[in-house]
Amino acid sequence: MTSLNVVVNNPIELSAPPSLHFENVEFSAFGHRLFGPCSFALDGAGPTMVMGPNGAGKSLMLRLAHGLLAPTAGQVTWSGQGRPRQAMVFQTPVLLRRSALANLKHALAVNKVPRASRTELAREALARFGLSASADTPARVLSGGEKQRLALARAWALSPSILFLDEPTSALDPAAIKEVEAAVREFHEQGTRIVMTTHDLHQARRLAGDVLFLAGGSVQEHSPADIFFDKPVSRQAQAFISGELVA
Amino acid sequence: MEENAFYVALSLLVNFDASLYQIVTLSLQVSLLAVLIAAILGFPLGAAVALWQFPGRGGVIVALNALMGLPPVVAGLGVYLLLSRAGPLGEWGLLFTPTAMVIAQVVLVLPILAALSRQKVEELLGEYQEQFVSLGMSRARMMPTLLWDARFALLTVLLAGFGRASAEVGAVMMVGGNIDGVTRVMTTAIVLETSKGALPLALGLGIVLLTLVMAINATAYILSETAKRRMG
Repeated sequence: MTSLNVVVNNPIELSAPPSLHFENVEFSAFGHRLFGPCSFALDGAGPTMVMGPNGAGKSLMLRLAHGLLAPTAGQVTWSGQGRPRQAMVFQTPVLLRRSALANLKHALAVNKVPRASRTELAREALARFGLSASADTPARVLSGGEKQRLALARAWALSPSILFLDEPTSALDPAAIKEVEAAVREFHEQGTRIVMTTHDLHQARRLAGDVLFLAGGSVQEHSPADIFFDKPVSRQAQAFISGELVA
Repeated sequence: MEENAFYVALSLLVNFDASLYQIVTLSLQVSLLAVLIAAILGFPLGAAVALWQFPGRGGVIVALNALMGLPPVVAGLGVYLLLSRAGPLGEWGLLFTPTAMVIAQVVLVLPILAALSRQKVEELLGEYQEQFVSLGMSRARMMPTLLWDARFALLTVLLAGFGRASAEVGAVMMVGGNIDGVTRVMTTAIVLETSKGALPLALGLGIVLLTLVMAINATAYILSETAKRRMG
């Protein structure tokens, strides 16, 4: 039922995005180990879908990878020199109390884009995500779908080589979900590494190039999407997939 | 009829009583300037306390909160000692000038603006922090963004500061001296007229003061409500 709309990674290799490596990464808080120790590498074409039940550590893994949280042991490294440009789209978009355009200009200003080109770049990003008409609308009165598109436009304007998305569609209606997924594909096709958490199996099938399956704070399985969905190796992944399909 | 306070207030106003207008103008000048200076110092101070973790931060927060209730006469006494001839800043000859009154009111208003803006900025930071870190913003870079995004809340904070400044009498009395035509403001004039027994005039001045404060608050309220509704 889902094989129709599986979009397996189109093997268009533009400039390969930097790869991400977790080396014995652990995260503990208040004496409890919440994540790891885990080692894995995201170096395939992607997009990488991070899946797993609630509390599996998906969001934690994303935050550790993005640098919002520092691992308490081990390290997160990137291929290439320095920290690549990256952006993150959150489950609930965090937007400033200003117009949609001003939100983008702020992000560009923070990233030291020269003042003269900010407005043009911001308008371009708004246009790309179908928000041109809302440029002067206060960001916080936009609809849920528009807010998430604005968050994506903001990420786009920063031209990241890695984009993290944390359950970006969990609060959206089907039309808005479709738009977000299209945007994710577009990022991917432009050569941005996508690392996205979701617990929607159908969405994962539509988008995934590879799947990183977490349970209990550690990686249970990391396989190409077709293998993961057809013949998951780990018991937890089998249970997760069949559970979802039965439900 | 002439003894009615409302009548006195009204006649002072409609007759453009020169000394009344001078008193009102000076009151506004002193308090608005004090609030402006306190805002320039206090908002960044409040935001800094919200943003940075440092040893003794808890103590600073407690001190700022406590100083919101600083008795005006104590602030007045402190500024008096500082500016009096024998004091460390005595050479400047500022005692019994409007400048001294501004300084005293800055001392009173600054803790209010800093303490309340600290709260507002901290709330906002809780909401924005992950996005800010994701954008690679330093704490120093977060400050202007947070202060701007808290602007509607800070307008209310500003009003609280202005209310404190325009209403207090102890500090301006002590460092200003209530000199007719030089440092006499509404509150000190009311104290003087009351002690002279000129109650209708005192009440009239009181009504003018109250009306002014109401007008300023109403304007700010309407401004911020309209803006809030527009910005979501």
